[in-house]
Amino acid sequence: MRKILSSDTIRLLIPALSLTILLIAVFYLQPRAMSYIGLNLLFNLAVPIALATIAQMLIMTVNDLDLSMGTFVSFVACVAATFLQATPALGLIILAAAVATYAALGVLIHVRNLPSIVVTLGMSFVWGGLAVLILPAPGGQAPEWIRALMISKPPFVPMAIIASITIAVVAHFLIMRSSFGVILRGVGGNARSVERAGWSILGARAATYALAAVFAILAGISLVGLTTSADANIALRYTLLSIAGVILGGGEFTGGRVSPIGAVIGALTLTLAGSFLSFLRISPDWQIGAQGAILIIVLGLRLLLNRLERREKRA
Amino acid sequence: MTRLASLARRPWIWSFVAALTVWAVTILFTGGASTVGLSQAALTFAAFSILVGIGQMFVITLGPGNIDLCVPATMTLAGTVALKFMNVDNSLILPGLIVAIAIGVAVGIGNYALIKLLQIPPIIATLSMSFIVQSTAIWTNRGLRIKPPEVLAKFTTETTAGIPNVAFVALVLSVLAFLLLQKTVYGRWIAAIGQSIRAARMAGIPVDGTRFITYILCAVLAAICGYLLASFSGGAALNMGSEYLLMSIAVVVIGGTAVAGGDSNVPGIWGASLFMFLVVSMLNTYGAGAGIRLIMTGLIIIAVIVLAGGRNPNQR
Amino acid sequence: MTDEPQRHAVIEVADARVSFGAVKALDGVTMTIMPGECVGLVGHNGAGKSTIVNVINGGLTPHAGTVRCSGTLAPRYGIGTARANGVRCVFQELSLCPNLTVIENTRVMHRTLTGWGWRRRAAAIIGAKLDEIFPGHGIDVASPVSDLSIAERQMVEIATAFSHVAQPVRLVILDEPTSSLDASLATQLLAYVRTFVASGGSVIFISHILGEILSTSDRIVVMKDGRVVAERPAAAFDEHSLVAAMGSVVKGRDVVKAIKPTDGLQPLLTVSPRHGKGLSFQAFSGEIIGLAGLGGHGQTDMLVDLYLSHTGNWMNGSAPRVTFVAGDRALNGVFPLWSILKNLSIAHLSGLSRRGGMLDDEGEAALGRSWKGRIEIRTPDVENPILSLSGGNQQKVLFARALATPAPAVLMDDPMRGVDIGTKQEVYAILRGEAEKGRTFVWYSTEMDEVCLCDRVYVFNNGAIVAELRGDNVTEKNILAASFMGAAA
Repeated sequence: MRKILSSDTIRLLIPALSLTILLIAVFYLQPRAMSYIGLNLLFNLAVPIALATIAQMLIMTVNDLDLSMGTFVSFVACVAATFLQATPALGLIILAAAVATYAALGVLIHVRNLPSIVVTLGMSFVWGGLAVLILPAPGGQAPEWIRALMISKPPFVPMAIIASITIAVVAHFLIMRSSFGVILRGVGGNARSVERAGWSILGARAATYALAAVFAILAGISLVGLTTSADANIALRYTLLSIAGVILGGGEFTGGRVSPIGAVIGALTLTLAGSFLSFLRISPDWQIGAQGAILIIVLGLRLLLNRLERREKRA
Repeated sequence: MTRLASLARRPWIWSFVAALTVWAVTILFTGGASTVGLSQAALTFAAFSILVGIGQMFVITLGPGNIDLCVPATMTLAGTVALKFMNVDNSLILPGLIVAIAIGVAVGIGNYALIKLLQIPPIIATLSMSFIVQSTAIWTNRGLRIKPPEVLAKFTTETTAGIPNVAFVALVLSVLAFLLLQKTVYGRWIAAIGQSIRAARMAGIPVDGTRFITYILCAVLAAICGYLLASFSGGAALNMGSEYLLMSIAVVVIGGTAVAGGDSNVPGIWGASLFMFLVVSMLNTYGAGAGIRLIMTGLIIIAVIVLAGGRNPNQR
Repeated sequence: MTDEPQRHAVIEVADARVSFGAVKALDGVTMTIMPGECVGLVGHNGAGKSTIVNVINGGLTPHAGTVRCSGTLAPRYGIGTARANGVRCVFQELSLCPNLTVIENTRVMHRTLTGWGWRRRAAAIIGAKLDEIFPGHGIDVASPVSDLSIAERQMVEIATAFSHVAQPVRLVILDEPTSSLDASLATQLLAYVRTFVASGGSVIFISHILGEILSTSDRIVVMKDGRVVAERPAAAFDEHSLVAAMGSVVKGRDVVKAIKPTDGLQPLLTVSPRHGKGLSFQAFSGEIIGLAGLGGHGQTDMLVDLYLSHTGNWMNGSAPRVTFVAGDRALNGVFPLWSILKNLSIAHLSGLSRRGGMLDDEGEAALGRSWKGRIEIRTPDVENPILSLSGGNQQKVLFARALATPAPAVLMDDPMRGVDIGTKQEVYAILRGEAEKGRTFVWYSTEMDEVCLCDRVYVFNNGAIVAELRGDNVTEKNILAASFMGAAA
């Protein structure tokens, strides 16, 4: 039975729709936001969140979860604001070591059959401690070239939009279209089959974790570009935000079903939700609660959609 | 000799050995000057970790994927609402406790409703719930920082016969938890579900009902902990629960409870909680900064879980 | 036959023996597959079909005997070697990644599909093969596998196995390939098998649909109890002779079975026909009812549905009406971290508890002692871990678990698979004793001898009950006939 729309497109519908509805609501409440500067302000901070969400999405692709995303991004931000700015070579070495550590974690979790939640929990302490060692108090300075990139003003379309679209397109190509990405997602879908076909699960997992680390590093660097300085706790909420962003974007916890475009849309939606609430004069107290409510509503809708899909298939 | 050997094989003994070692090392450094102070502080702070740790242990025993990320939010909400309700009135101490427990029950029901009705994994369900509960706590806490009733504040901060009162509370609840696990049908049921949820269902165990009760239990313990912690700290701060999420999971893992489910360990939580606090104190005493402390905590957790391993190879 | 140059057999298995514990899965099997032939493989449960297939595709190393590939004896014949030699396998359990598209799954199977434009190449390969085997298939190769129906997924698996990317395909093993296909698709597949074989490829074809085997194979191998019992060109067989070949040479004991009168009595359990097909199921008090037929034809599903519908997921009353004995111990039965005693008592805890849900330790210990003696669990101490027991004794514990409950109906899901004969005899005696006291047993077994012990037998075929046999009609001949041909002979 041929469908008019593939199920993947339908899955993207919910996040795309929620973003559109939210955007329309924001413009209605605050018409001045419908400008170049307005859009840039609305979506500025979404760029690092989108990168962190892609990183979390990669970890979820292999059926794991990274509870250290927030502290890792904070750590990267601290490194960027200090080493990358002062001694770039050393900074790059540190970041490369971080990528290698992530790859090693991916292998360790598989080899010892460990729950990723507990391991990343432990690592969150380690990254947090390292961040505190680098920057015990807020400080540091963003490297000039990052700053320039983040505050650049390309014509017609604000940097935030361009960046978000670029991230979505690159991630989509890398994970959904390339032959390399197929293997990564295959590991999440049916690792046994992929192994029987002759692939190394260990190698695939190491690559996935390493790629996730790269995206998380980009998140930390871009965050510093926006805030100009860093501190050890700057991105702690990224853990929960990244998970929520993946789920909102149609990604699933297990089974290797993820959507990079959806993840970016999810990140944008979550960022927008905060602004939306403040335009509504709802106290910031409820911002986090609203994010939770959005998550629940989206999941409820997803369940409904799944039930309808199943009934359709049986018909 | 065999008695010693069998004792050594019990997993929880190692957390106590570790705690004792760290305690001894710290005392050595200060030349015995702070023994009483250190021990009392250890027992006090460990008590709070133990309370949430027990709740988290019950949930983790249910099997892989079961975890309660809503613990810190529940603590905060319960502490905030209870203190507001009691309004510095000594006669409302017990009703205040009941209010806290009621909040725990509500959050537990909410958690399991999300898990069951929306068919989402416990991590996401409790995560979403925590967003909402935290927001509710923030909203309730607008304005003045309300102090706990005097009698309650004194109770939580003082000691009886040299041992902090909160440690006694933790002890009583630990004993109850231990009895629940070892001596009741319910305790057998959670251990069975944790080992094989399918086999448990086919053996006649009411799986949904048991899980439901467990999530409520965890939230109630978090609420009681929040109630006591808020009274101990002289008021409910909005970030009072933030450390306790990681701590509740860490003390369960380090205490020897199987992370894959099916095997829980109450004494181990005591050893692990004391150990975690004492490691931090020792590092403080030796002059290590906050950064080193955090790194050490993380490495300890990872080392323990790597040594303990993941799923039992005989399990599916 | 014209004189052909000496051809190497694609696969040559010589005297392979495989044992799993007490069970002899293969008891000296010799099989040679030449290029350009389709070999049909038939047999009832436990014949060894899956085992020999696993030996041929490299998934299993025989404990004795050799495997030659293209005439050479590979030192370690594993899955990789088999694939490299062109051996492909299509199982019933799907090996596709449901989250990937058909094209992407093709990429997983073939390492060389990489670089620029790989999607186009993969689409061409799998699309062409699908068109070749199943013209008019209507599958969109860009759609995720989870969107496809079961039949479509099966078609993709088959096409993947037959497609050549880096190595030529020489032997394809098809294990019940038409189970998810409708009649027209099955015809297309069988026609393709003939084409493939005519061009020099080989096929091992396993099916329970005898008509297919007879029409598609050049040569038919009949297996039973781990041995090859007959091997002839397909033309020399017909449906009846195939069924007869699968039966025992030795006549079974003539046990006179009294037919228990059931008219007028209220059945304890009933199940209406699933999807309206086949007969309905009924169980009366004191009966031992057998569920027969080829493995995986709906017997376990019915047992599990019966059990789940009579027990609660939220609350349980203290008087269970049904209890379950699992056959797949790891999945449905054993709690691996626990002792024997705890595994034994778990289903009866409410009966063993005092007020307030507190456990009765003495009662539990007494239960353990009593059943250890009754069912003869070979262990020095019931407090030992369950995994210290042999497989057969673990199974006994699962039996004791069910029998210890007061439930009047006991559902058994092929519990004796892999259990030694001594244990089996002990358990049969206990079952008889309990049945005499009025307990009802619904017993799914893949072993003919066991099913023949039952008072009444329902035979399953393709998810529906196709025959009900009583008393003297419970014979191997009738069961085989119903399993393969759909109605009692």
